[in-house]
Amino acid sequence: MSTSVTRAPGAPPPDDRLLSWAPERTPDHTRPPSWDAPPPRERRRAQPFQPLRFLLLPLRLAWRQLRAEKARLASAIAGVMFACVLVFMQLGFRSALFDSATALIQNMRADVFLMHPLTTASFKPETFPRARAHQALALPDVQAAVPVYLAQASWRNPENGSKRAVQLIGFDTEAGVMDFPGLQPLVDTLKRPDTVAFDARSRPEFGDMTRLLKERGPFEVQIGNRMMEVTGLIEIGPSFGADGNVVLSEVNFRRLIKERQVSAVDLVAIKLKPGADLEATKRRLAELLPRDVVVLSQAELVKWERDYWEQATPIGFIFAFGSLMGLVVGMVIVYQILFSDISGHLREYATLKAMGYTNFFLSRAVLSAALILAVLGFLPGLGLSWLLYDQVGQATFLPLNMTTDRATTVFLLIFVMCGLAGLLAMRKLRDADPADMF
Amino acid sequence: MRSFEGAPVELRDIGHAYGTGDLARPVLRDVNLSVGPGEIVLLTGPSGSGKTTLLTLIGALRGVQKGSATVLGQQLAGAGERQRVALRRRIGFIFQQHNLLGFLTARQNVAMALELDGRTRESERLERAGDMLEAVGIGERAESVPANLSGGQRQRVAVARALAGNPGLILADEPTAALDKQSGGEVVRLLRELAKRRGVPILLVTHDPRILDIADRIVAMEDGRITATEAGASAAG
Repeated sequence: MSTSVTRAPGAPPPDDRLLSWAPERTPDHTRPPSWDAPPPRERRRAQPFQPLRFLLLPLRLAWRQLRAEKARLASAIAGVMFACVLVFMQLGFRSALFDSATALIQNMRADVFLMHPLTTASFKPETFPRARAHQALALPDVQAAVPVYLAQASWRNPENGSKRAVQLIGFDTEAGVMDFPGLQPLVDTLKRPDTVAFDARSRPEFGDMTRLLKERGPFEVQIGNRMMEVTGLIEIGPSFGADGNVVLSEVNFRRLIKERQVSAVDLVAIKLKPGADLEATKRRLAELLPRDVVVLSQAELVKWERDYWEQATPIGFIFAFGSLMGLVVGMVIVYQILFSDISGHLREYATLKAMGYTNFFLSRAVLSAALILAVLGFLPGLGLSWLLYDQVGQATFLPLNMTTDRATTVFLLIFVMCGLAGLLAMRKLRDADPADMF
Repeated sequence: MRSFEGAPVELRDIGHAYGTGDLARPVLRDVNLSVGPGEIVLLTGPSGSGKTTLLTLIGALRGVQKGSATVLGQQLAGAGERQRVALRRRIGFIFQQHNLLGFLTARQNVAMALELDGRTRESERLERAGDMLEAVGIGERAESVPANLSGGQRQRVAVARALAGNPGLILADEPTAALDKQSGGEVVRLLRELAKRRGVPILLVTHDPRILDIADRIVAMEDGRITATEAGASAAG
């Protein structure tokens, strides 16, 4: 095997590939063609920056590494998916809470509302003088103003006799100032004594009114201590403050809630003349009326209600905290996976560094792995959350809807979560020191 | 290949110490060594003699503390991380363990050495990697992952990887340590064969007396100094 070689110390080879003295240059030396080394080419000139290579090569390395360990990849994806579902559910509940908390207000259709400034939420209103409604009529732009009475009373389920608190909304249904979906055809029947319209979207504990109405026609239920006739259905939906809603005329409200003084109202709904300037009228109303009322548009009233649930209760915080915990748990899982991937491959990473790969390249690979996990975990997470929204929404009567906005938000959160985990795990790369390899 | 004047490796008065201050423990003292083009130099010596440290200095894996080291025309004394990384790309490394990426096939592992060159295409890289695997005699195992290769085959892949990028210098640290006598001998002879053909110098640290015969020159180290230099069996033969 030993071949005789005479060296030419110090003299650079005239050819990259073969030295003049290389044994292969001698004609008697034959070798299989497969031994032909690939020809070296002119290389390592200044390389132009190639963004695709810059990102794709580390990405491919990361993907190949992730793919190699199926169990680890599966657990990482499960971790991200878990975080994803948790955040989706938390945000979904949060939004459903706020949506449903304001369901009543959102369905009260009127231009302007008067409310006592100390009223924090519609289910515990502060009363103010009925006279404010009449005073509001002083403005030429105001077409009509109706007082609204709110109260809660117990409702006896006509099917099984159980009692449950129901929200009563009493106002002049004829005036056409405030409208609820489905109210219009019932206006005439609600004029009769002791009649009510029931919210068909109330929780089922009140009894299946839709079916009963279909079977029996209008029938009597006990509200408070009085028998009232359910004549029709409207649609509002349950909120956190009230599981069910009942709309009735002002007079019937007074019959039902005897202790309520006519002069003490909870809201005033105002209808403006066509073409009236909403903002200007609001300003003038605020100037005109004493300080015991605030003037709000419907959107502002909804916001007022929403702010209560967001700020005055820990509910908003609870859901934000829940989301954060989900993200932290997901981050820890992803970090663990990436970290153990790096520590398990320290020698290989160090070898890559020795071969001339930069720390930056490897960092990009780790970050790519994190972002691959983000995408791979998000997609099934989205699907599962969609399914859960459907199921949980049906079970709880909460308006859980998957929106593009929320999906985008959650994806960005998951993306950032995985990115942070990647950045944390990246520090481990420093331990891959090629000098320790020998 | 970037052209340069002089020997591929030129070390002058290299000194190196681990630790600082009173705890500084010198591992290299006044080392002078030159490796000519195409030369195969074996470094031997007891463990702790500093030969591995010397190898990491030449490989630009460690900063040079004292003296001057010119490798492939690059002065390493005072060289920054960027220059050192650039130099590493022109050196082929072979380690005690194969250190192949377990999740890549043999071909992909070899291609990793070529990915550093931004001007090659993927198909080109894989083809060249295949050629290299042919050259080390395991072309038919190109699509196997390292776990399905024998120790000798893995080290052959490592040799192919070290040579794939057409390095100007090959540094090997006990490449036969994890191999049995036969496959160890085969791997280093293969390495020698391929390097000779391209005129690439090899600096190889070894304890293994069975492979001394591949050397053009054997350099013995002890206690951080070069104590003896002798012509190898190869040169003598």
